Amino acid sequence: MTENKINLLVKVWRQPSTNSVGSFVDYKISVSPDSSFLEMLDEINNDLEKKNLEPIAFESDCREGICGTCGLVINGQPHGPIPKIATCQLHMRNFKDGDTVWVEPFRAKAFQVMKDLIVERSGLDKIIAAGGYISVNTGSIPDANAIPISKEISSAAMDAAACIGCGACVAACKNASAMLFVSAKVSQLALLPQGQPERTRRVQNMVKVMDELGFGSCSNTYACEAECPKGISVKNIARLNREFIIANMKSDNIEA
Amino acid sequence: MNWLFRSLNSSIGKKVVMAITGICLILFLLVHLANNLTLFAGPSTFNTVVKSLDSIKPFVRVIEVILALIFIFHIFNGVRLWYENKIARPTPYAVNGSSKNSTLLSRTMIQTGSIIFIFLVIHLSTFWNAFNFTDLHKTHSYYEFTAEMFSNVYYSIFYIIAMIILGFHLNHGFQSAFQTFGWNNSKYFPLVKTLGFLYSVLMAVAFSSIPIYFLLIGGN
Repeated sequence: MTENKINLLVKVWRQPSTNSVGSFVDYKISVSPDSSFLEMLDEINNDLEKKNLEPIAFESDCREGICGTCGLVINGQPHGPIPKIATCQLHMRNFKDGDTVWVEPFRAKAFQVMKDLIVERSGLDKIIAAGGYISVNTGSIPDANAIPISKEISSAAMDAAACIGCGACVAACKNASAMLFVSAKVSQLALLPQGQPERTRRVQNMVKVMDELGFGSCSNTYACEAECPKGISVKNIARLNREFIIANMKSDNIEA
Repeated sequence: MNWLFRSLNSSIGKKVVMAITGICLILFLLVHLANNLTLFAGPSTFNTVVKSLDSIKPFVRVIEVILALIFIFHIFNGVRLWYENKIARPTPYAVNGSSKNSTLLSRTMIQTGSIIFIFLVIHLSTFWNAFNFTDLHKTHSYYEFTAEMFSNVYYSIFYIIAMIILGFHLNHGFQSAFQTFGWNNSKYFPLVKTLGFLYSVLMAVAFSSIPIYFLLIGGN
C-alpha cells in the first residue's frame, strides 16, 4: 500500500506564557490524509522533541468529540472548516497538498492564552457554578417515569444538553459572547420539571457572572450556531432571553 | 429602581433596549414613508398633508421628543455595545473566518448604523430644519422645496445610497429584534425573516423612489 502524504505549511501560534508576546511559527509537514488534526500536531511535536525543541502546547482528552477539551481556531474557524465536529474529529483529508493551515488559540478577553494554543476556559465553569445545576436531596433512587415529560420537551432539553462546553461559540462570535453556551446550560434545566425550583435565580445568576467575566454581548450574527460542534441552536439564545426577561420582571428579588 | 437599571444594563438588557427602540423606529419609518409617498399625489396634496401636521404642532413636538429619545437610546446603546464587544476580544484572529459562519449584514450593524446617523444629521439639518424653522412655514410650499432639494444630483445620490444602507441595517435588525425578545420558533421565525427582508426592501425602494422621481421626471 502506497501512502499518499500531503505536504502542508502549518502556521502555529506560539506563546510561552500568558504575559509574553506570541507569534506564528511555520512548520512544514508531510502527513497522511488519514491522520487526525491532533495527530498531525502530535507528529510536529515528535519532530520538535527529537530536535530538543519545546513542543506545541495544546489541549485534548477524549479525542472522540465528546469532552470539549480540544479547541483550536483553524483557518479562522473554531474546530476547523467542517461543521458539527470538534477539532479532534477533523481529519487531514479535508486539506489539500500545498495548503497553508493557520492554527490559533480561541481568542477572547475571558479566555486568556496560557501557553501556545491552550486558553484559560474556567470562566465557563464559573458560569455553571453560578446556577447551572439543580439542588436535590439525596435518597433512594427515584422511580423511573415518576415525573411525566413529553417527548418534545425532553428532546429539546437533550439537544441543549448536548453542549460540551468547548467554548467554540465564544471563539466564533465577533463579540466573544458566551450566550450560546449559557443559553444551552439554562435551557436544559429550564425545560425540565427538575429545573423549576431554581429557574428564576439560575438565569439571573448565570447571566450576571457571564457579564462580569467580560464576555461580549450577543448581536445575533448566529456564527456560534454555525461553528458549534454539537449544532446547538440559537433558539436556545431566544429561550435564554425570554427566561431572563421574565425572571427580571417576575422575580421579587430586587438585588438580582 | 436599581433593579431596572441593572436589568437594562446587563448584556441581555442592552439587547432588549436595542430591540424595543429598533421596533419603534421600524414603525416610525412606516409612518414617515406614508407621509412621503403623498408627494406622488402632487404639490397640493403633499402641502396640505404637511400643513395639517403643522396645525397640530404641539402634538407633533411631543412625538418628536419621544422619537428623539428613542433614537438617542438606540444610538447610545448601539455604540456602547460595539465598544464593549470590541474590548471582549482584545487580540484579533490572524485569519478572519467570519464570512464562513455569518452574514456580512449581521456583522456590519455599527457601520451601516453610523452611515444612517450621518444621513440623519444631514436630513434633520436640511428637511426638518427647513420645514419647521424657515419661511416655508408661511408659504407652505413644501413640495416645491423638496423638488428643489432633489434636483441636486449629489444630494439625491447620497439620499439613495443612505436608503439602501438603511435597508441593509433593517434586514438584520428586524429579525434580530424578534430573536432578542425570545420569539424564535420553527413555525414563525422563517416568516419573520421573510417579512423583515420584504420590509427592508420596501423601505429602501420606496424612500429612494422619491429622489429618483424628482431627478428623472418631477424636476420640472
